[in-house]
Amino acid sequence: MSVAILRHGDYLIASIRADLSDGQLLALREDLSRRVGDERIRGIIIDVAALDVIDSFVARSLRSIVEAAALRGAATVIVGIQPDVAIAMVQFNLNLESLRAVLDLDEAVAALDRLTDPEDDPDAG
Amino acid sequence: MEPEERPPDAQPPEPAEPDASLLHELVGHLRRNRGELREEWARRITDAQLLRVMTGQEIFSEVTAVYDNYVSALETGSVETLQAYARELSERIVPRGVETHEVLGIVLLLRDVLARSLFAKYQDDFDLLNRILDAYEPAANRIAVTVGVSFVEERERVIRDQQDAIRELSTPVLQVRERLLILPIIGVLDPSRARQLTEQLLGAIQRHRARVVVIDITGVATVDVTVANHLVQTVEAARLMGASAIITGLSSKIAQTLVDLGVDLGMMRTVGDLQGGLEEAERLLGHRAPPRNRPAPTQ
Repeated sequence: MSVAILRHGDYLIASIRADLSDGQLLALREDLSRRVGDERIRGIIIDVAALDVIDSFVARSLRSIVEAAALRGAATVIVGIQPDVAIAMVQFNLNLESLRAVLDLDEAVAALDRLTDPEDDPDAG
Repeated sequence: MEPEERPPDAQPPEPAEPDASLLHELVGHLRRNRGELREEWARRITDAQLLRVMTGQEIFSEVTAVYDNYVSALETGSVETLQAYARELSERIVPRGVETHEVLGIVLLLRDVLARSLFAKYQDDFDLLNRILDAYEPAANRIAVTVGVSFVEERERVIRDQQDAIRELSTPVLQVRERLLILPIIGVLDPSRARQLTEQLLGAIQRHRARVVVIDITGVATVDVTVANHLVQTVEAARLMGASAIITGLSSKIAQTLVDLGVDLGMMRTVGDLQGGLEEAERLLGHRAPPRNRPAPTQ
């Protein structure tokens, strides 16, 4: 299995372990989107630290996962983009605006906490 | 183009071997008149206002050393000693700001001084003068080329070293406090440097777990479309690593240029100066929600 999906409270952590085929990416979206509804998930963390390259298809798939999850009521953050990968991504000119990226798991959990609990948001108060 | 047909026994035309006795006579002449020619050369260097960074005495002692090396290079036909001396000399004079045209000028002056003295000596015997010059000119030209090339090579080496040093020095990524980095950019931002800078920044973000990066471009002289795009990419790459970037130090001139160029900086958070940037960064960091494990508000 090249994606491990772990549950952490109200969040799912999907850890991508190796480069995924197009089919596997679609399956991942399907899987996450289903579990968001079934398990009343409020946030998804996608860990891409193991990926050496994020090409346009992977970026598009990540975006579609983010959007599908958002429609089902869960926020998504991407974690663990490596420096080389980040440089390549901006050079490919991928459309990444909807991807919310953070550095590590601590940050990811903190970001989801902020996103999913508006009453906690200091900007709101 | 057809290669020229050549009978198998024909030798390729060899450059006429300079007559050993002529060269010997030439060297003898230069040795005998060493004092006078040296002074003439030094005088013409001063007259031409070359080597103005050096004192007359320095010029004279270098002139003596070069003259002797020059004559022995003429005598032996080997430029190695002279080449070594030229390198060593360049090492000394390059940091003092001696220019390439000065070095070339000096060597050519010596060639002229010596040629004139040959004209003067052999003016009665045109045929002998011609043969002496045949021996002298190729050797003298070779020496001139050797000295010039040595100087330029030395200068290029110094420039390369300095470029490396500047590159190393000019992209420090500084941690100001927990999770806050500053990247002051100074100088010209060309594509290779922009890339190196982005790599360093992203590495530092990962190492220090930075959340906010202040990129200060006060020291960047000009910002054009290319530089602006590099900045946009750097900011975007930092965002993919989970850090927000704040650009500071955009001068009024640069701001107007960017507006005129129509560069889209909508994605970038910009603040006037470094102080403002740090305040903004503190605000971003300070506004972070504390961890969730604090006591839940009582209903």
